Amino acid sequence: MGFRGFIVLVVLMGMRGSPTGAVSLKDESAHPNFVTREQKDLTVEEGRGDVMATGELNPSHFPARRAAKVVQHYLNTRYGSPYRLFGLEDVHSATAEDVADTGRRYHLQISAHEIISNRTQKCSADVFFPRGEPTQSPEVKASCEELLQNTTAQEEALYQRYKEGHSLLSAQYIPDSQGHIEPDMMPFWHLSIVASSFIMLHESTENTLYNMAQVAQITQLETEREELKFDSHMLLHDMVSQEILHWKLLFTWSPAEGVKVQQMQQIPKPNH
Amino acid sequence: YDYYKYHPMEEWMAQMVMDYPDVVTIVDYGQTYEKRTISLLKIGLESEKRKKAIWMDCGIHAREWIAPAFCQYFVKQILQSYKTDTKIETMMRNMDFYVTPVLNIDGYMYSWKDNTTRLWRKNRSPGPSGDCYGTDLNRNFDANWGIGISFNCSSNIYCGSQPVSEPEAQAVTYFVGSRKDDILCFLTIHSYGQLLLVPYGHPNFTAPNYNELMEVGLAAATAIWNVHKKNYTVGASPDVLPNSGSSRDWARMQGIPYTYTFELRDKGEFAFELPEDQIQPTCEEAYGGALHIITYAHDKTFSGAAVTAAASFWSVLLAAGVARVNLMSS
Repeated sequence: MGFRGFIVLVVLMGMRGSPTGAVSLKDESAHPNFVTREQKDLTVEEGRGDVMATGELNPSHFPARRAAKVVQHYLNTRYGSPYRLFGLEDVHSATAEDVADTGRRYHLQISAHEIISNRTQKCSADVFFPRGEPTQSPEVKASCEELLQNTTAQEEALYQRYKEGHSLLSAQYIPDSQGHIEPDMMPFWHLSIVASSFIMLHESTENTLYNMAQVAQITQLETEREELKFDSHMLLHDMVSQEILHWKLLFTWSPAEGVKVQQMQQIPKPNH
Repeated sequence: YDYYKYHPMEEWMAQMVMDYPDVVTIVDYGQTYEKRTISLLKIGLESEKRKKAIWMDCGIHAREWIAPAFCQYFVKQILQSYKTDTKIETMMRNMDFYVTPVLNIDGYMYSWKDNTTRLWRKNRSPGPSGDCYGTDLNRNFDANWGIGISFNCSSNIYCGSQPVSEPEAQAVTYFVGSRKDDILCFLTIHSYGQLLLVPYGHPNFTAPNYNELMEVGLAAATAIWNVHKKNYTVGASPDVLPNSGSSRDWARMQGIPYTYTFELRDKGEFAFELPEDQIQPTCEEAYGGALHIITYAHDKTFSGAAVTAAASFWSVLLAAGVARVNLMSS
């Protein structure tokens, strides 16, 4: 795969159901150590998602940050590999507008950080969060500066090693409790984040902020096909609810095809 | 630096007292649900005057292991510096540092149990029906309940059956509450996110010194950046991470002027399992930020005293000078 010049892409995602957490308001009486913020400023978010910021957004505040995180997930689904992984470096500017009754669109200028080569690239992106039930996934368009490193040789080497290998990969808890990852597991940790990004992108709303928490388990499966195939149990962290979400994910990867998700299913968290 | 080095915590705390007996004492101030003793290190130099205080707590959320590591680092730093750094020595003379290395001991111990418990957040008190565990201690304080919480016991932001229902929150409430007039700074340490958050978590309420809190916070973030070039975002909770019932909000409501939540490294790459090789740099930068806030709070409070002392010193000199002139001329 080679990338040159500007890249413009549209991704349309499918439908899904969504659980939401419980939140409620309680009245508080006047107190000497706080003052009640006046409600006249309609661009201040109320915290319940009813009145959301519109127009020019503060790039440090959560509405812009949550939308920018969605762009990160999108970039990883689109370009990620065992040797290419994006983090969100910064949000430079953001605007948002309601699109009739259909949803809200964010326009963002961000910097994405390619973690493995340690390079930053600027992107401009649109994120559209559709309204209505059942909740739908966001739609992302992104255009980034050319900076993507060629990782073909490394990917091929990894692919060959595990395609022909006499033993299938099987690993648990990456990173481990101390944050340690064995060097030869690093590409599979990156691959797991890329694969999980499909889930995180699919599940994101204006009220979520997902990061990968941990790979609970990843197992390579026998397959007749060209691509490597993996069964996995991924742990995702949502900063807003603070929950750890458990997902089973069946996916394939090859240098030619990239990551393709075959099945993804949320499983209940253990009761403890 | 590694996470095992200071675990269990009681041994490390006892070691600090042994190594620095003149300045460190352990204060037991409560019990966890599972009946473990909650302790802090009180660090300060003897003084005749009434002292002010700095409060720091770590490990209110079990899985945020970098936080207790930071409390330990902070303690070691001030103990190793006060004999050579006159500023630290002055601050230790004017103020006591109350540092709780792990507040949610039950939860923290549970997160060490095995791979399946590593990501536990709450304490370990059983829910109302006994089929779910844990209250989010940082939603249990008596402060503006309403945003970013859940009344469902299974939730990771379950606020508890009522404000301050949890023994860990009660311990802090009682200890800090009974000393609130003397406490200048209340710093609560968490991960992850690289954030410095100021009160209040509920968007309907603003701290009266919000502008000052932001200004000092932004300067602290600069101090952090100067260490290892990591960006920490400064903001009020509702803008960055809405919540209520937090220890920080409660502390601000008691009148403690400088209250901050630190969310340490990283921004989601390793999240709660921050690699051990990042422990030291994270602690170094956070120390720079914390020290900035503490120094500001100290100087604002004690500058008056410094001026008075300086004035007395000069007037004494002047008097001596005049007396000497008189003596010489007679």
